[in-house]
Amino acid sequence: MALSREQIAKRVAQELQDGFYVNLGIGIPTLVANYVPENMEVMLQSENGLLGMGQFPTEEEIDADLINAGKQTVTMATGASIFDSAESFAMIRGGHVDLTVLGAFEVDVNGNIASYMIPGKLIKGMGGAMDLVAGADNIIVTMTHASKHGVSKLLNNCTLPLTGKGCIKKVLTDLAFIEIKNGKFHLLERAPGVTVEEIIKLTEGELIVTGDVPEMVF
Amino acid sequence: MAGFDKVVSSYEEAMAGLTDNMTVIAGGFGLCGIPENLINEIKRKGTKGLTLVSNNCGVDDFGLGILLPARQIKKIIASYVGENAEFERQMMAGELEVELTPQGTLAEKMRAGGAGIPAFYTATGVGTPVAEGKDEREFNGRDYILEESIVGDFAIVKAWKADRYGNLVFRKTARNFNPMAATAGKITVVEVEEIVEPGELDPDQIHTAGIYVDRLILGSFEKRIEQRTVRPSTTQGEK
Repeated sequence: MALSREQIAKRVAQELQDGFYVNLGIGIPTLVANYVPENMEVMLQSENGLLGMGQFPTEEEIDADLINAGKQTVTMATGASIFDSAESFAMIRGGHVDLTVLGAFEVDVNGNIASYMIPGKLIKGMGGAMDLVAGADNIIVTMTHASKHGVSKLLNNCTLPLTGKGCIKKVLTDLAFIEIKNGKFHLLERAPGVTVEEIIKLTEGELIVTGDVPEMVF
Repeated sequence: MAGFDKVVSSYEEAMAGLTDNMTVIAGGFGLCGIPENLINEIKRKGTKGLTLVSNNCGVDDFGLGILLPARQIKKIIASYVGENAEFERQMMAGELEVELTPQGTLAEKMRAGGAGIPAFYTATGVGTPVAEGKDEREFNGRDYILEESIVGDFAIVKAWKADRYGNLVFRKTARNFNPMAATAGKITVVEVEEIVEPGELDPDQIHTAGIYVDRLILGSFEKRIEQRTVRPSTTQGEK
């Protein structure tokens, strides 16, 4: 069975480490915050200028001056700090963020990512995504493995305009956890009940399968 | 006004000298920390052909979006746009020029502009449409592109508190692009929620020094919320 959005977030959360500063993109990556293991401390960076993002506010706590990068009202966690946008991107571009999780339309065997623009459709912009993929070393891309019509999104070459070049090493899809190295995809784990054959069929780029590929454990 | 006193008493005075085809840098992220009354004044003045530099372009009836119906904006340099229908229409019709710029590059363009640095190299955008036509150079085995900084004829800024000398304090994430915008305007206009006497702000707690500020005005603000997300107050809610 393909993973649900929540399961994708849960699996990403297993990659968190105590003391990590983490930037979570909009969509599925945001859900990762719900699965931070107990007894682990993780601080969330929001690129509009907040380190230590807390949960959503109650009606009484709502403050128009306190939002996240998705423009949602939020609160601050204990030990939070506030800074301007240049400072925020100094953290991101300077490689100070330990883990970045973001979505994508396509990735390819060379670690290229396309996530912000579909030509001919409305173009809204890249926001901070280009800075995030260029600045971070440890990035996990979350995405669906293929379109509804079975067209692979894990490609030999991205077809859409790139967000970043050669910067992606880990991809978690609804079917598989994949590492990108030496110009190839490497299958690390499968979603429970999904066969290696099914994953190969839906992966356009070359996929290396070594030995018995374990199922994800939640 | 005398000496270092930057306070002006009307929005007309605050935006005096803004003329057609100028470049205006605006602080704010989404609708948070935007100089809403200064934007209203630009609308009232009817200044046209403006190049706007701002992370976003507001919504249909609030923020920079209100400058769209009368076609006051010629070009916008932003990282994320299209939260309003009129923007989309003008962009698709080719009536509005849009230069999409990565958010960190945009912040750095303002910061560098205000600091007298004409351009800088960054890894952001290498190999993407953003790199087209830009100088590329390798440092320590990695590719970087050259990005030019931005200086505005005007910068419009929203801060929380100021003293009469224009020393500014921002509040929470309403800070965002405002401090960089403040440095990057030939004329920097700031609107605030409270003005105190010089000496009342702790010098250690000032975010932007008054040297960057030309005009200061006391405003009242709607502070519209774009995405109102709440958790129930009766339970612990989600983490």
